[in-house]
Parts: sequence; structure tokens; C-alpha cells
Amino acid sequence: MSELRVFIADDEAPARARMQELLADIRGELATRVVGESDNGLDVIDRLPGSGAQVLLLDIQMPGMGGIELARHLNALEDAPTVIFVTAHDRHAVEAFELNALDYLMKPVRTERLLAALRKSLAAPERDVRGHAERLERAAGGAREFFSVAERNRIVLVPVGDVLFLKAELKYVTLRTAAGDHLIEEPLVSIEREFGERFVRVHRNCLVARSAIRGFERVAGGSDEEPHWSVVLEGTPERLPVSRRLWPAVKGVLPEARE
Amino acid sequence: MPSIRQNPNPEALPDFRNLGVTARALIGVNLLALAAILVGEPDWGKALNMFVLTTSLIEPPLLASLALLYVGAPWLMRVPYWAGCALVIALVMAIAASTHSVVGDAAPGNLPRVLVLAALAAAVVLAYLRLHTKAYSPALAEARLQALQARIRPHFLFNSLNAVLSLIRRDPRRAERTLEDLSDLFRALMSDSRDLVRLADEVNLIERYAAIEQLRLGDRLRMSWDLDNAPMDAMMPALVLQPLLENAVYHGVEPGTGTGDVLVRVARRGDRVLVCIENPWLQPGTGTRAGNHMALDNIRERLMLFFDDEARLNARVEGTRYCVDIDIPYRVRA
Repeated sequence: MSELRVFIADDEAPARARMQELLADIRGELATRVVGESDNGLDVIDRLPGSGAQVLLLDIQMPGMGGIELARHLNALEDAPTVIFVTAHDRHAVEAFELNALDYLMKPVRTERLLAALRKSLAAPERDVRGHAERLERAAGGAREFFSVAERNRIVLVPVGDVLFLKAELKYVTLRTAAGDHLIEEPLVSIEREFGERFVRVHRNCLVARSAIRGFERVAGGSDEEPHWSVVLEGTPERLPVSRRLWPAVKGVLPEARE
Repeated sequence: MPSIRQNPNPEALPDFRNLGVTARALIGVNLLALAAILVGEPDWGKALNMFVLTTSLIEPPLLASLALLYVGAPWLMRVPYWAGCALVIALVMAIAASTHSVVGDAAPGNLPRVLVLAALAAAVVLAYLRLHTKAYSPALAEARLQALQARIRPHFLFNSLNAVLSLIRRDPRRAERTLEDLSDLFRALMSDSRDLVRLADEVNLIERYAAIEQLRLGDRLRMSWDLDNAPMDAMMPALVLQPLLENAVYHGVEPGTGTGDVLVRVARRGDRVLVCIENPWLQPGTGTRAGNHMALDNIRERLMLFFDDEARLNARVEGTRYCVDIDIPYRVRA
């Protein structure tokens, strides 16, 4: 019988040791192999994809990046491991965070519960990826701190604060930072909803980071376009057209914007 | 032992928007009138007639006064107590004078007499309400103290138990010690925090707390203690230091990826005890935890309940460090 490959992510060394003990205790019923351990969220993002883990036992409170956001980024992976959250929160907090819709174990973990959760992950039918993502978004209760881009078998994180603008093109959204472009597969509408005030919509297909806006320029009409305003951004020479419909809202972003 | 201020706000005007206060004033003034009449009139029938007549004269200014006090209540609350009392009495006298000028002919007595009676009635009602507040407020203060008693974060308890479980097979002795530390900590947390404790006890408690955190966090937590000049006989409210240290670890060490230095310094300067707890200040963002200053407000309020205006608690960011300073009077058990 092949072993189930498990990755343990917990910032407390005693908790990781305890999890190893528990996995050893259930070896008779379910053989597992620990393929990785990590004590911080960003490190998990780095090391998990190459580890071949089938199950991630993930502490919710971790430095670097919390477990909930981490799990949201893992969704981008082609063969993402099943995530089982482990938390020291009491049941009340679990409900408050809407975690009860997800697989979770409470610390201290009992062997029976661990075994049941691992068996469930083995038997998991086709995952309802979209539903899972929505539950995670609700559980997160706030905006992410990173966008993630899956590149082959790797997750590249882009800090939300680095993003200058997002532009929808056909199936993808181009995400522009001072360092370069990334493609993500998320609808602009949900990004606008998640990040609220951080981005302002200047066009049907474009969200701009408020903090990156330096001013507005009037563009004289040409033969094939009407005269319109465009956004001048810090960190990129590109000018983004503002749609006439959104201009009244957009011009308020800079208090000194001229009429 | 130094006295504990049981009454959080001994000198406050009654809340004139409170139905109970209004009802007490109404009944009180009418009872005063009845008593005055019974003293002067031995015949029951005449006394009753006189009471009806008198109340018809008293009620308009009384109701007008209460209505005005109701309107002016928020403003009166901000005035110092004795000035507020004077204002209330002046207001009642003014209303009595103006109603007297309207119904002057029907009223017995002249204007000075009406003013004196109005002032007396107002003073008696205020005095009664003051006694009433005083009688009830210790219970209020106690209830507030209990509500303010430090509550440890549940995640700390469960993580600690989990850490002990991990030790049981590998290092049973350390597991035993940790359980003993946990017991002491929870005994303190569950006890009444109404009494003052010695600084030595409080320091002992946070050393045990720190030992548990050290087990959980290992190298990530580096504690420094500066207690050489600590007045170990000083008295202070229980569980003031522990929540502060808990905060320092929760906000300054756990969310960070590196080593977090936490400093605890207690020293005596003259007749003051100075406490300083420092932890790394993590930029808000990645992994940091939202704080709502509940713990700080809570501790500040408890210090106020014990030391009144003589206690200070300040929290500030200083470069890369977050510091909480407490400054309380140095008192020893009598």
C-alpha cells in the first residue's frame, strides 16, 4: 500500500512534533510519509509545490502568511494538495470565521479525528473548486495581501501593494507592477469587490491603484477616437483611458484634479 | 492596605433622562409638601384640601423643571458636580419665580418664601439622589471589575496544551513543569482580581507565563528581564503585567518570521513604580494581527479603579519597538 504524502505547516515546533507522533500512531491504519515541514506561510508557498504532498496539514495562524490566504493561493495549482486546517481556536471562533465549511481539526488533535480527516481526503471525489474558493474567501473575511500566479508547478506571489493597474483582456487579467506584467485568471468584478477602496475602476476593463495615480491628462480626439481623459500613473509611462461614464467618479480621486 | 476606590464616579449628577430619577424627584417633592402640610394643620380634612391646593401650585414648576433638566441633561453631565448642583437649584428657583409671577395672587406666601422652598426642595432631592447613587455604586464597580478581569486568549491555552502533549513522550519532566506553570497561571486568572497583589507575585506569574511561551515558540522568543531595581514589595492590581506580556508575544513575536526580543523592566523611582514592556513593532500587513486596544483600555481602566488619577498607562511606537509604560504609586501593604 502506498503511503499518503503529508506536508506539515505549523509555526510551533512542538505542534509539528506532536503531529508527527500522531501520524506515527495511526500508521497501522493509514500509512503516511511526511514530505515536508514548514514554520511560515511564505516558505510553504515556496516548498509545497515541489514536495509532491497530497495533503497539507495547515495551521491557520502562521507568520509570513496566514493559513487561509495560503490555501487560497494553492487553489491556483494544477494538482493542489487537499488542505486540512488545524487550529487552536475554540469552536466559537471557528464558526465566527466560517471555517466550519472547510475541513479542519482542532488542537489538541485526536488520532481518530486526524485519521478520519485523512481518509476523507483520500476518498474526496472531484473537488468543487469554485465552491471551495468561495468558502475560503468568506473565511478569510478580508482582502488578500498577494495575488498569485501559477507558473508550471510553482506559485508566484505578487504583493497587492505593488500592483499599479489591472486590465482585463479576453480571458485573462493583466496585472502590471513596476517590475513587469503577470496574467491572472480572476474576473475584475470580484477583485474590485474584494479590495474595495484600494483600486478604482477607470474603464469597463480596467482597475487602477488609487495610490499610483499621479494625475489626469486630456487627450485630444483623433480621427478614430473621441477626446477623453486618461490616467497618468507613477512607475509606468502607460496612459490609461478613462471612460466618459466613469470620469465624474474618477476625477474625485485626486483632490487637486483640475476640471 | 491602600483603599480601593469602589465608586468609579462618586461625584456625578443624576441622569435626568432616567425614568427612575424623574419619578423619585416627583414623588419626593410631593411627599415633602405633604409632610409640611401635616406639620402645620392638625385637621385631616383641611390638610387634604390644602394638599390638593398646594400640589396644583407645585406641579407646574416641578414638571417644567424636570422637563428642562431632561433637555439639558447631556450638557449638565459635563459640568463639575457642585457647579451642576448649583445650576440645578438656580434653575428650579428661576422656574418657581416665573410661575409665582403668573399665579402670584392665588399662591400663599411671598416671592422670597417661594424661592427658599423651591431651593430646599431641589437640594433635598439632589442629596437623596446622591445617597442613592453612593449606595449602589460599589456593586456597580465590582461588576465592572469582574467584567474587566483579564481574559487569556483561548488559542494560548490550546496551543500550550498541545505543546505539553508533544513533550509527554519525549521529555516527561518538562511536561510536568509546564503543566504546573499552566496551573499557576490559570489559578491566578480564575481568582478574584479585587485585591492588590505583591509585585513579586505578579512577576512570578509572568515568568511562568513566559516559560510556556518559550516552550511553544522556541528561538523565536527572546525574553530579557530587567528586575534589579524592582520593588518586589510594591502592591498592584493582579493581572496587569500578564496581559501586557501576552500582547507583546501575540502581536510582536508570533506574527514575525524572525526572532522577537521582548523586554520586561520594572523599577522604582522615588514613590513611583515604573513598568516597561517592549516588543518588536511589526509593520501592519503580512501576517500581523489586528489589535483593538481592548487589553490596554481594560488595564488602564482597572488601574483607574484602584489608583484613580495616580496611575498612568501609555503605549507608543518607538522606531522598531512597541513600548507600553505603566506608572503607578509605590505602596506597600500596611
